[in-house]
Amino acid sequence: MRPVKLACRGLWKLFGPEAPRWRGRAPDATALASGGLIVAVRDVGLEIRAGEIFVIMGLSGSGKSTLVRCLSRLVEPSAGAVLFEGRDILAMREAELIELRRHKFGMVFQNFALLPHRDVLGNVAFPLEIQGVPRERREARAREVIALVGLQGRERHYPRELSGGQQQRVGIARSLAVEPELWFLDEPFSALDPLIRRELQDEFLRLQSVLHKTIVFITHDFDEAIRLADRIAIMQDGAVIQVGTAEELVTAPATPYVAEFTRDVPRAKVLSARRVMRPAVASNGLAGEVPADARLASIAARVLASDRPLAVVEDGRVIGVLGRDEVVAALIGREPVDA
Amino acid sequence: MRELAPARPLGGPAVPLAPLLWAGAVLALVAPPLLLGDKHWAISWPKPWIVPLKAWITAFMTWLRDDLSFGLFTFQEATRFLSWLLGQPLALAGALLADGFTRGSGSDAVLLWPPLPWLAVAGLPVLAALWAGDRRLALLVAVCFAYLALFGQWASAMTTLASIAVAVPIGVAVGLLIGIAAFRRPWLERVLTPLLDLMQTVPIFAYLVPILWFFGFSPVAAMIGTIVFAMPAMIRNTLLALRRVPVETVEFGRMAGCTRRQLLWKVQVPSAAPGLMLGVNQVIMLSLNMVIIASMIGAGGLGFDVLRALRRLDLGAGLEAAVAITLLAIALDRLSQAVAARGPGERSGPGWLLIAAALVAAAWLVGPVAPAVQRWPDAWTLTTGTAVNEAMIWLNLHAFDTVEAAKGWLLVNVMVPLKRLLVGLPWLGVVAALALAGWRLGGWRLAATAAGLTLFIVVTGQWEYAMVTVYLCGLGVLLAGLFGMPVGIWASRSEPVHRVVQAVIDTLQTLPSFAYLIPAVMLFRVGDVAALMAIVAYAVVPVIRYTDHGIRHVEATVVEAARAMGCTRGQILRKVQLPLALPEILLGVNQTIMFALAMVVITALVGTRDLGQEVYIALSKADVGRGLVAGFCVACLAMIADRLIAAGSERLKARLGLA
Repeated sequence: MRPVKLACRGLWKLFGPEAPRWRGRAPDATALASGGLIVAVRDVGLEIRAGEIFVIMGLSGSGKSTLVRCLSRLVEPSAGAVLFEGRDILAMREAELIELRRHKFGMVFQNFALLPHRDVLGNVAFPLEIQGVPRERREARAREVIALVGLQGRERHYPRELSGGQQQRVGIARSLAVEPELWFLDEPFSALDPLIRRELQDEFLRLQSVLHKTIVFITHDFDEAIRLADRIAIMQDGAVIQVGTAEELVTAPATPYVAEFTRDVPRAKVLSARRVMRPAVASNGLAGEVPADARLASIAARVLASDRPLAVVEDGRVIGVLGRDEVVAALIGREPVDA
Repeated sequence: MRELAPARPLGGPAVPLAPLLWAGAVLALVAPPLLLGDKHWAISWPKPWIVPLKAWITAFMTWLRDDLSFGLFTFQEATRFLSWLLGQPLALAGALLADGFTRGSGSDAVLLWPPLPWLAVAGLPVLAALWAGDRRLALLVAVCFAYLALFGQWASAMTTLASIAVAVPIGVAVGLLIGIAAFRRPWLERVLTPLLDLMQTVPIFAYLVPILWFFGFSPVAAMIGTIVFAMPAMIRNTLLALRRVPVETVEFGRMAGCTRRQLLWKVQVPSAAPGLMLGVNQVIMLSLNMVIIASMIGAGGLGFDVLRALRRLDLGAGLEAAVAITLLAIALDRLSQAVAARGPGERSGPGWLLIAAALVAAAWLVGPVAPAVQRWPDAWTLTTGTAVNEAMIWLNLHAFDTVEAAKGWLLVNVMVPLKRLLVGLPWLGVVAALALAGWRLGGWRLAATAAGLTLFIVVTGQWEYAMVTVYLCGLGVLLAGLFGMPVGIWASRSEPVHRVVQAVIDTLQTLPSFAYLIPAVMLFRVGDVAALMAIVAYAVVPVIRYTDHGIRHVEATVVEAARAMGCTRGQILRKVQLPLALPEILLGVNQTIMFALAMVVITALVGTRDLGQEVYIALSKADVGRGLVAGFCVACLAMIADRLIAAGSERLKARLGLA
């Protein structure tokens, strides 16, 4: 398994008049019940592994934005620990934190947060400029990332001259200029039209397939989470109530809240052949093979078109069979009978 | 207040009680003087009881000036150093624009190099207008500067411009730094906010007295006064602009690894640039507003010309100089707005700078040999001064009787009785009535504020002056309302009228307040009537503006609904638009009161006997205690009116569900 890049333990963020009393320690039940505390992040523990896209998903007010700001220490957590590569960033001095942010972290914001007085090149080169990188080198690097997000030719445009989608491309390029290891994206596509959003999601996946960053991605859109995530954490009232793959959330929701959330998910896009198949080892009379990781959406047509079931294959071994009955049962939401 | 006690336990709004209460209050105000005679302590505050605040302030200021020492240097040395320091750029700007570079002083001075020729001084703003705006703007700027040259105002205008050119950058820079400091340190903001509020309500006149005290009568002192007056706008705008930078932008800066200094200067301040430019624009306008007033403590130039003309009643000359100030203000205002509106993307090459430099160099080199380039030839100037003065003589000959009759009627039937009534009011009754109003409108806290502020005026012995101020100001506001509200309503119902009215009040607002005195004095001579007319003319602008705006911004769906129900236009106005616009109109009235108070102080120049006169006398006698106490009293009046009306407007809004 890949190493843990970012982790947090027992993380709390409290607001309200009583909040200062609970610096550095978790509030007790009486304090929570007293009404003097507003809990934005409630006892969150997470482990995010190198190279994965970790999506934090929740409705507005669920604390997801505050959580990601606690993880990057833009907001000072009330209690708990945040470990980046094993080092507690909450214990860091300002200078250390600045170093970390300059070289290891990148962040993309919901409303782009571009600097209105700088052109595209100036915006993208900004993080390098404040590190003191000489102009020629930083502008060369900026041109590279601008090309990477497909904005070459617009280096001299100003943010107000660009469409929303283009502005967010600038935001993405800017966050990549320093080659961060950990990439925070705070609802990066929420302010965009659906079509542009879709386009940028594809762009994002393409970039990640090249860059292999460790990603913390915030969204309130479950479809987006499914499309992009390796793993999803669902938040409610400041707490993370379940962490898992999209398939796990759909098939084994931890609470009624998660079930409610995942009810309208297009199951074909989430469920894998492995999940839906009937376990078997025999391979007689089968019409063909499908990989165990394949989503139903990509194989359903083949299964339904075939009179006989198909073999589900993992590492060259047949681990089960998949026929019309299984596919139909899965798509209409009836759970397969677990072996 | 005692008769109010039963109202509380009954609970709920004591509606039927209210008229009784007010009747009682009016009786309490009017009856005691009749019963007790006007020597009773509850009617007029006894002289021995007056708190000698004036003397205390004067003593304190004297101690500051004469005795305070910081060890290495004294307070006076500090002010002298500051005065010297600020005098340097002023001297440079003066030499550059007005006087030329000289060696020696007085009559022995030898001119080494002449000042910038008029062609360059006028050419630079026109170039700037072309660069930042368009041809129309350039034409406007050219016309403004042409007026200065054509009407012989050039020399004075350059002295004024030199002072502005130094005061504005200093005011902007210091205001920016203070604003930033307050933005970063909440405690500083908490200290600054009430101070800025107070500075906004104390009349400008009153500032000048302590400045005169510490810095003497000189152009530098006048410039310091200008800076002190204009800088708060920059502080406020800086705070506001920095606070409006989106949170995400600041978070981005932090995530990029900015140090605090980088965050401030590379992210926050540039992102706040549009708001900051608004502040710069306001500083320019306020500095120009100060031009005439600053000439009372030593600024020369156009302001002094107006002041001198007013004192001599040479109204033609005064009008010309006042128009020059206005045109200068308009040119600089539009120019700075155009510069501010330029997006960051609209860069332009060094071409413009090169042209500008070439213009200056050419004019400066050619100037000494070509007098017409160096100095606008006197032969080319003209004046309307004589025409204006002749028109006045004509007016006096032909309309004198009518005007005089109207004036006499107004004085005898309205003004004098009102003045008598107000001056005769018992202070105790007024305090109680204002407290009652405060309590009804905003609760006990507002009651305490209103009573406290009124008591300040009473115990410092300013009661009579204050009541004269209230009489002039109140009558002015009443007349402004009677005239302004119908105009505002009319403008709100007709697009062409709206456009004309808008243009007129925009122009009125750029006129320096002193300019209003000129026509008033022309028609009515010195005295209360002239003062009243100037107040009405100056203070009518906000009523019109807010009434028009308030009615126009009543929710369209509500008006539609009324129309759908079959209301006539008149019914819509009376039953829908006016009631819903009332909170906004009240805010306009509030502004009008503030404008009237600002003007009433200035009318001291035409011989009123109010708080403004106190300040004016204090200024001429350099009596710092007297000036400041009277100034604070004006501030008290302003705050009483402001707090009560604001509370009333809030209550109305809440009741209408608009809040």
